[in-house]
Amino acid sequence: MALSREQMAMRVARELKDGYYVNLGIGIPTLVANYVPEGMEVMLQSENGLLGMGTFPTEDEVDADMINAGKQTVTAVTGASIFSSAESFAMIRGGHVDLTVLGAFEVDQQGNIASWMIPGKLIKGMGGAMDLVAGADNIIVTMTHASKHGESKLLEECSLPLTGAGCIKKVLTDLAYLEIEDGAFILKERAPGVSVEEIVAKTAGKLIVPDHVPEMEFEPVIPV
Amino acid sequence: MSGFDKVVNSYEEALAGLEDGMTIIAGGFGLCGIPENLIAQIKRLGSKNLTVVSNNCGVDDFGLGILLVDKQIKKMISSYVGENALFEQQLLAGELEVELTPQGTLAEKMRAGGAGIPAFYTATGYGTPVADGKEVREFNGRNYILEESITGDFAIVKGWKADRYGNVVYRDTAQNFNPMAATAGKITVVEVEEIVEPGELKPSEIHTPGIYVDRLIQGTFEKRIEQRTVRKG
Repeated sequence: MALSREQMAMRVARELKDGYYVNLGIGIPTLVANYVPEGMEVMLQSENGLLGMGTFPTEDEVDADMINAGKQTVTAVTGASIFSSAESFAMIRGGHVDLTVLGAFEVDQQGNIASWMIPGKLIKGMGGAMDLVAGADNIIVTMTHASKHGESKLLEECSLPLTGAGCIKKVLTDLAYLEIEDGAFILKERAPGVSVEEIVAKTAGKLIVPDHVPEMEFEPVIPV
Repeated sequence: MSGFDKVVNSYEEALAGLEDGMTIIAGGFGLCGIPENLIAQIKRLGSKNLTVVSNNCGVDDFGLGILLVDKQIKKMISSYVGENALFEQQLLAGELEVELTPQGTLAEKMRAGGAGIPAFYTATGYGTPVADGKEVREFNGRNYILEESITGDFAIVKGWKADRYGNVVYRDTAQNFNPMAATAGKITVVEVEEIVEPGELKPSEIHTPGIYVDRLIQGTFEKRIEQRTVRKG
């Protein structure tokens, strides 16, 4: 079975470590915040200038001056800090964020990512995505393995304009967890009940399949 | 107005000298921390052919979006412009030009512009359409593109509190692009919710020192919320 959005978020959450500063993109990445293991401290960075993003406010707490990068009203956690956009992107560009999770349209075997522009459709802008992929060392891309029409999103070469070049090393799809190394995808884990054959069939880029591909686990990694 | 007192008493005075064809740098992220009354004054002035530098372009009937109604903006330099139907219409009709700029690069263009740095190298956008026509240089085995900084004829800024000398404090995430915008205008105009006397704000907690501020005005603000998301209390 392909993973649900929640299961994808749960799998990404296994990559969290105690004391991590994390930037979560819009969509599935946002759900990761719901699966931070009990006993683990993680600070969420919102690129409009908030480190230590909390939950949505209650009706009484709503404040027009407190929003996240998705322009939603939010709260700040105890120990949060608030700063300018230049400071925020200094953190991002300077490689100070420990983990970045974001969505994409396509990823290719060279670690290129396309996530912001489909020619012929309205171009809304890249927002902070290009800065995030250029600045972070530890990035996880979350997306479905193939489009609704069955076309692979893991390609030899991205067909859409890039968001960043050679910057992606980890991809979690609804079918598999893969890493990118030396111009190839390496199949590391498969979703429970999903066969290696299905993943091979739906991966257009070069794919290396190790002898043993374990099924994914979802239990949180509890800090000791 | 005398000495270091930056306070002006009307929005006419606040934007006196604004002419057609000028470049305006505006603070704000979405509708959060936008200089909404200064934008409204630009609409009243009817200035045309403006280049506006701002992360976003408001929504159809609020924020910078209201300047689209009478086609006052010629060119927009932004990172994300997806919240605005009129913007889309004018863009597709070729009546409006847009220069999409990565958000961090945009913030740094303003910061560098205000700090007297004409350009800087960044890895952001290397290998993407953003790099088209830009110089590429390798440092320590990695490729960077040269981005030119931005200054404006006017900067319009929204603060929370300021003293009469123009020392400004921002509130929560309404800070965003405002401190950089404040440094990058030939004439920087700040509107705030409350003007206090010098000495009432703690010097070490000032976000924008008064040296950057030319004109200061107190306004009242709608502070519209773009995405009201709540949890059960």
